[in-house]
Amino acid sequence: MTNEDLQNIIIGLGTDLEFTTEGSEFLNVIVPKEQLHSICSQLKSHPELKFDYAFCITGMDWVPALGVIYHLNSTELKHEIVVKVMVEDRENPTLDSVHDIWQTADFHELEIFDFFGIKFNNHPKLRRIFLTPEWEGFPLRKDYVDEANMIIK
Amino acid sequence: MNFTQMIIPLNITKTISDWIYSIMPETAASYTIMVIIAVAYLALFAVAGLYLVLLERKVAAWFQLRIGPNRVGPWGLLQTMADALKLVSKELTSTIKIDKFLYNLAPYFVIVSALMAMAVFPFSEQFQAFDINIGVFFLIAISSIGVIGILLAGWSSNNKYALIGAMRSGLQTISYELSVGLSILTMVLLTGTLQLSEIIEAQRTGGWLILQGHVPSIIAFMIFMVAGTAETNRAPFDLVEAESELGAGFHTEYSGMKFAYFFLAEFINMFIISSIAVVLFFGGWLSPFGITENIAWFPQVFWFIIKVLGLIFLMMWFRWTFPRLRVDQLLTLEWKYLLPLNLMNIVLMAIVIWLNWTI
Amino acid sequence: MTDQQTQNKIKTEEYFINMGPQHPAAHGVLRLILTIDGEIIKNVEPDLGYIHRSIEKMCERDSYQQIVHLTDRMDYLSSHINNEAVCLTVEKGLEIEVSDRVKVIRTIIDELTRIASHCLWWGVMGMDLGALTTYFYAFRDREMINDIFEETCGARLTMNYNVPGGLMFDIHPNFVKRTKDFITHFKTKIPEYDRLLTGNVIFQKRTKGVGILTREDAISFGVSGPTARGSGFSSDVRKHHPYSAYDLVNFKEILFTEGDTFARYQVRMMELWESVSIIEQLIDNIPEGETKAATKAVIKLPKGEFYQRVETARGELGVYINSTGNKNPYRVKFRSPGFSNLSVLNHISKDVLIGDLVATMASFDFVIPDIDR
Repeated sequence: MTNEDLQNIIIGLGTDLEFTTEGSEFLNVIVPKEQLHSICSQLKSHPELKFDYAFCITGMDWVPALGVIYHLNSTELKHEIVVKVMVEDRENPTLDSVHDIWQTADFHELEIFDFFGIKFNNHPKLRRIFLTPEWEGFPLRKDYVDEANMIIK
Repeated sequence: MNFTQMIIPLNITKTISDWIYSIMPETAASYTIMVIIAVAYLALFAVAGLYLVLLERKVAAWFQLRIGPNRVGPWGLLQTMADALKLVSKELTSTIKIDKFLYNLAPYFVIVSALMAMAVFPFSEQFQAFDINIGVFFLIAISSIGVIGILLAGWSSNNKYALIGAMRSGLQTISYELSVGLSILTMVLLTGTLQLSEIIEAQRTGGWLILQGHVPSIIAFMIFMVAGTAETNRAPFDLVEAESELGAGFHTEYSGMKFAYFFLAEFINMFIISSIAVVLFFGGWLSPFGITENIAWFPQVFWFIIKVLGLIFLMMWFRWTFPRLRVDQLLTLEWKYLLPLNLMNIVLMAIVIWLNWTI
Repeated sequence: MTDQQTQNKIKTEEYFINMGPQHPAAHGVLRLILTIDGEIIKNVEPDLGYIHRSIEKMCERDSYQQIVHLTDRMDYLSSHINNEAVCLTVEKGLEIEVSDRVKVIRTIIDELTRIASHCLWWGVMGMDLGALTTYFYAFRDREMINDIFEETCGARLTMNYNVPGGLMFDIHPNFVKRTKDFITHFKTKIPEYDRLLTGNVIFQKRTKGVGILTREDAISFGVSGPTARGSGFSSDVRKHHPYSAYDLVNFKEILFTEGDTFARYQVRMMELWESVSIIEQLIDNIPEGETKAATKAVIKLPKGEFYQRVETARGELGVYINSTGNKNPYRVKFRSPGFSNLSVLNHISKDVLIGDLVATMASFDFVIPDIDR
């Protein structure tokens, strides 16, 4: 299915969706964070989309917004899209967990929480998976400073 | 009991025993002789155990396309001696939360029970420390004491891995004890005696018991070797110390010489199991077809050791080629296959003897 | 009393043990917090980060040439393939077309790496199940591959043979001959592997029906590589998104549908044959050409996002580079196969014995730096 066809289907799944293919080989869908869970579950269940394989989930710090990028693939229909979601609040960023849609999100959300501090609602057990529980700050954020361990040239 | 019979009545030992009896009263002399024999056995089998370790390492190397120890002494012959020296001189470390008394007691349980069993083996016609009329029974009884040491070690270490290992050891030994006992019983049916020297005598004329009892004997031998390997906690039944699951199992918290006791006991136990098999199935010190029976100077102990080493090699072969069983499969093998087979085998043996079908 | 009441009455207390960070079956510093009832596992909670070096953060400060060198510290058994993934991403961003010679050489070394990795896995799998001898058989053959690598690029494990735009230098004159010798040797050794381990009754009892992963779970948990193919999930990147010279060769994607430990074992064993076949098809036909396309000394990727995936010995490695046009990437994400594969471990290890967990983990072929990055 071409990107235009995908766009025509997905545009009906929610409101205020933005589409772009600029600077990327995939169709990018930017989703408002309130609609993230409902759109993701429709992306998986829609008979013409069937995005059942989330092969990459990336945390992002577009200063000032934080966000998550979901690379999705349909193992049956062989098409791929990228879903992006942003959250402006840097103090207490919160998104909905999609672990009930793609179970791989369980671990990837832990990783994103660990490094970007994005909290996920309804996640079964949100914890620091790589760093120690008492670690301060979120290292992959652009404004993270650690003078002892980071060498900036 | 007359303790003079216990002595190895080679000429030199006879001279020593006569001399001891001449210088002190009879009771004191017999006790002195007992101590001397115990010390001699202890030294002999500790060294023998060390060389079994070396043999295992060489056999393992041979199976694994390696050379094995070859640096300490010619062909690495002193390697395990050096290892033992290192272990003796090492600091004994332990955790704070151990049960001190039981923790220290456990290794001695294991090593002493292993060494005690050595006393009854007839290595040759004269070379036997303690020829009691219930020899086989004594062996079975002694070999089950060792597991108490393992259970104590696992429990007193206050370590979850050690505890799991010890519990596995308990269930494994209790299960496989049955098969060891029953397969020995099958052979006792054939000889009608529990005394080890008499069992061997019975084979002098009629041929080795594995031939006398043909089909049921061979089945009994196979069951005995499988159950015996399990009794010694060796691969493929080494769940007790399964290193990929439990680290080192029951002896995780032991170091230095206390660890060495456990280690040495494993090899002495292997020697014991092989020795029982040699006595019960392969004619003990008797030479094959009586080829050296008329050569007076030929040491009978040679045949005993050769046969034992053959069976030990078999057990090493198991260890270095087979993967490990899972704990439920271990129990399934014993209770669903070996035990019923063994019970049927006893009946078969009884029928064979009743109908006089022995060879 | 009903059965249920009896069950409740004799319920034993659960306890937890730490499997790792130093544990022989973890093959590195993986810590699993096991909740156990007797010997039956109730819950597996991985605790990671013991070898976390924050490679993604380091990438944000380094140039594109430098990033390549960081990646072979992730999955060190597939170091060449990791390097290639970054190089392919950068080449995609720069729109460089590398020569056919580079593509073929990269593919041959990819497959040699895969064989070396699978050899190590096979040896360690046997060791985890208690058969210690397998390890030495596998290392005998792996050693030959390492020798070829050493002669080719000077390193045996962390190779750094790839650079953006091609290879660091041409192959050694002996490369073709030695690779052919190895292939001839290795084809007689794979049946030996089968004789030693695959046919063993205990081994089959330990692996068949253990750790069953269904196809649906494999997809949902993002499992990839041989682990997923043992469950019938066709996930071979070499087939679905061919890169380098994989569109020039014929090979089968090995698929098994049982989803148990033995199926995963068989997938990897048969992949050895496929890798051998791929090398055989290419080794006599290495085309002439440049080994390195001209790149600027300071590489600047155009603004945009670039995603490239490759098939490592463990599964799908994805490299996501977000560039703002500078000489450093704005954000790099490595989608490592181990991390996703690990996430399914708890799901398939409920109510199994400790020995089964060890067997399952062995068949997943974890490399801990790949999980932690």
